[in-house]
Amino acid sequence: MDIHDLIIIGAGPAGITASVYAARKQLDFLVISRDIGGQAAWSGEIENYTGYQFITGPELAKKFEEHMLKYGTALKENEEVLELEKTGQLFNVKTDKGRYQARCVIIASGKKARELDVPGEKEFKNRGVTYCATCDGPLFSGKDVAVVGGGNSALDAVLQLMKIAGHIYIINHSPELAGDAIMRRKVEEAANVRILNNTFVTAVLGDKFVKSIKIKSLLQEKELVVQGVFVEIGLTPNSAFAKGVGKNPENEIIVDARNQTNIAGVFAAGDVTDVPEKQIIVAAGEGSKALLSAFHYLSKNQFN
Amino acid sequence: MAKSVKVYSTSTCPWCIRAKQFLKDNNIEFQNLDVSGDQLAADEMMAKTGQMGVPVIDIDGEIIIGFDKEKIKLALGI
Repeated sequence: MDIHDLIIIGAGPAGITASVYAARKQLDFLVISRDIGGQAAWSGEIENYTGYQFITGPELAKKFEEHMLKYGTALKENEEVLELEKTGQLFNVKTDKGRYQARCVIIASGKKARELDVPGEKEFKNRGVTYCATCDGPLFSGKDVAVVGGGNSALDAVLQLMKIAGHIYIINHSPELAGDAIMRRKVEEAANVRILNNTFVTAVLGDKFVKSIKIKSLLQEKELVVQGVFVEIGLTPNSAFAKGVGKNPENEIIVDARNQTNIAGVFAAGDVTDVPEKQIIVAAGEGSKALLSAFHYLSKNQFN
Repeated sequence: MAKSVKVYSTSTCPWCIRAKQFLKDNNIEFQNLDVSGDQLAADEMMAKTGQMGVPVIDIDGEIIIGFDKEKIKLALGI
């Protein structure tokens, strides 16, 4: 098996920026990622990435990809890392498609939508249950739907769906909606939106597609007829494969100012880490820092 | 002979945009069906796949759900 200098896990803003720096340092490295662009690709409009006064998420992701591939970088796309372990001085990375070895690793695997974890959710994923209103909203034209959550991402989903769907039920487990006041007001004033506070989803039901959900409030449990369930309850880090790597209670990987984790040779960058402020430009900057630290680690250590 | 390629998509989904860009970059002609505005296309897609996620790519009857570059390449023989 080839032993690479470095494996970068993830190809969002952090992983791609690390790859550009790695290419310019002429390291022997590999990028392994389920997707390209990460969450940036899902953003609608981006107006705070320096140099671009306005760019859409997919366009910025495309530019990132072009920048990465300009150097002929070895990229394993649509590949998911399942295990990361250290044997002696080397790291073994096992994916759903193969095994790789490297002297150091940068984890930049980002975050994904948090799941409800109720019966029926997995079975009806893409059969009415969705985690992306931007992508799938138009398929629910005229249909009654539930949006689960009460923060900005839930409100954003409701605002998109208000113009498309029939009735929209907001299932919010808190006593009132969170999120920005201006969005809350728009949602509260909409004729086709009903807000159910202090309410939890307990199951998703249907046959081929979703037909209803079970909801539970303080007073009662009942069934709500909906064809769509938009889950907008925040994000969770893609860090489960990194066993033994130190994490905070939110499962974010703990890094120091130089992106070093608790394991020598494992660096991390971007939204998967505990670095405050999840922004595209912060993730990109962290990616460059992580690579420079990894480069330093490779230079100062003797490898057999 | 060129294969018949249909893309079921919405105009807003990032994976749809990437899938269509990938086909264009490889000079593959395709028919784009916007399932958000075209209920018949949406029904056709759901009947073919039993699911609602986009994009769905139909290459001479071979159905690929999502933007899976390797599967698309294989189906197109590129």
